[in-house]
Amino acid sequence: MSWFEKLVPYRIRTEAGNRRRSVPEGVWSKCESCSAVLYRAELERNLHVCPKCSHHMRIGARQRLEQFLDANGSREIGAAMEPQDFLRFKDSKKYRDRLIQAQKLTGEKDALVVMQGYLLDMPVIAAAFEFEFMAGSMGSVVGSRFVAAAEKALEDQIPMICFTASGGARMQEALVSLMQMARTSAALARLSSAGIPYVSVMTDPTTGGVSASLAMLGDINIAEPGALIGFAGPRVIEQTVRETLPDGFQRSEFLLDHGALDLIVDRREMRSRIARLLAMFTHQASPAPGASLLGPSGSNPDAAASDAAAAQPAGLKDTDLERGHADRTPET
Amino acid sequence: MNLNFLDFEQPIAELEAKIEELQHLCTVEEINIGDEIGTLQAKSKALTESIFSSLSPWQIAQLARHPQRPFTLDYVERIFTDFECLHGDRRFAEDPALVGGPARLEGRPVMVMGHQKGRDTKEKLYRNFGMPRPEGYRKAERLMQMAERFRLPILTFIDTPGAYPGIGAEERGQSEAIARNLFVLARLKVPVICTVIGEGGSGGALAIGLGDRTNMLQYSTYSVISPEGCASILWKSADRAADAAEAMGITSNRIMELGLIDDILPEPLGGAHRDPDAMAATLKNVLANALSQLDALDTEELVEARYKKLMRYSMFKGE
Repeated sequence: MSWFEKLVPYRIRTEAGNRRRSVPEGVWSKCESCSAVLYRAELERNLHVCPKCSHHMRIGARQRLEQFLDANGSREIGAAMEPQDFLRFKDSKKYRDRLIQAQKLTGEKDALVVMQGYLLDMPVIAAAFEFEFMAGSMGSVVGSRFVAAAEKALEDQIPMICFTASGGARMQEALVSLMQMARTSAALARLSSAGIPYVSVMTDPTTGGVSASLAMLGDINIAEPGALIGFAGPRVIEQTVRETLPDGFQRSEFLLDHGALDLIVDRREMRSRIARLLAMFTHQASPAPGASLLGPSGSNPDAAASDAAAAQPAGLKDTDLERGHADRTPET
Repeated sequence: MNLNFLDFEQPIAELEAKIEELQHLCTVEEINIGDEIGTLQAKSKALTESIFSSLSPWQIAQLARHPQRPFTLDYVERIFTDFECLHGDRRFAEDPALVGGPARLEGRPVMVMGHQKGRDTKEKLYRNFGMPRPEGYRKAERLMQMAERFRLPILTFIDTPGAYPGIGAEERGQSEAIARNLFVLARLKVPVICTVIGEGGSGGALAIGLGDRTNMLQYSTYSVISPEGCASILWKSADRAADAAEAMGITSNRIMELGLIDDILPEPLGGAHRDPDAMAATLKNVLANALSQLDALDTEELVEARYKKLMRYSMFKGE
């Protein structure tokens, strides 16, 4: 509190506080990275990327898939699968209760949502983790939905994309959750043998068993800027090696430098860039011909984002690309 | 015999100490107390049987980590001939926490690989306590590909607290290294038989643990996270490791009930370290049998059966 505020009589101060609180909730939100106060509707238009600093905020699985896939023609896969407390696992809380709580909080049955749909008119299977559901942890349902997704992609011979956001395996399903690493990897091995592309997009955070299986097995490994990605969590490593971790350790940019990623892609370019890649791998016409995204945007997404923001209202870049070429039906 | 007794074995330790004292007396004083020694030995055996008939999961976890428990190379020297320990991932380094190479099982060439822990402090450090770095998994992957190339069945031995949580390990793509092994193992065209001989610690264990058959020694453990790790996350205290071990069901019996393994190999009374030769003989038998069963399948059937088997490893409602 400044010296001036201290001088202000107590009653007036309280009124000021009340007035601030009377603003309807949800109209404004704050960027957790640069602390900019952002108009919520604008933030949503910008796909929850801070227009000021390009910080990529976490978003839910369903929202993610809505943003990523074309507006029409999506169909959910594996929605009927529901988690089960087969071990009657209980720590400070029962697994059953944790599940009910997570289901209430997110409106999802489990931490992975799979859709069959279209990406710039190209049929694809897309999956996304719901981090709010028990930290996006992978148990039987997550593993089985992922396998169902991969098997559907294999059956229909269409590419698959997965957005990860997960703390790792779900401890409450014990060894069965570890086995989901094996199952999902085996399903991806089949896709690979059949020559069907799989793109893995790692978002904040992607750690543990999920990173050590399906996340790192993309034909193309992509990350959103600034995402935490690694096997062991930073706290565990710090306790083990007893040193302070280097700046930016286990962030997307660090992984790109160390050769673990193909690309860091700004969320606002995700649709067009993945579509262009997949079109090449599946020998279809380019969904966004001519528009070169090489150069600064290839190596430095932050610069790309600020360029985009300077050139046009943020968030419109992607939409513009689509608007120009949505009428082009990919050749099959 | 100089055994390292665990806490719950203290009553046995006391009896054994008494027996040793009497035996010493016997030789020094030349008095005949053979009968008494015999009685005490029988008593010690009965006591061991009774203690070992109702071990808690946490006690079993301690046995799985017993300092004298036979490690991979102890079994390799007892089971195989012509073993040649190969080194290096051809990309960055050699990782002594994971050993492997070709060997013969009853004359038949195979590829063996496993985590290796150390016995004394110096070797423990050298072996990084059996916690591989990315190079270890990549060496294993190299050996898997080599085995496929030369049509050698693969026998793996799992005994690790888990992957090593270090800065360098992350820098060099620990996650990718583990994931890659799962990816490769899933479609490998030769039989793969995995045996948990001690600790089966999470991703570090699974990286050589995806196969056509998975066995566990009776007092080995297999878990998604160490009991301590689980306890410190869910109970916010590593002291609750015993509870975590119980809740996760890390023992061979519980995992067999879940249908995630094929066979439990009974251990000698008091655990594998009491009689490594007997344990190795049991293991050798099981490996040879499993191998001859898998020989009956052609490559396509083998890979298909492995996939189907994996697909059964999930439990949920609906569809």
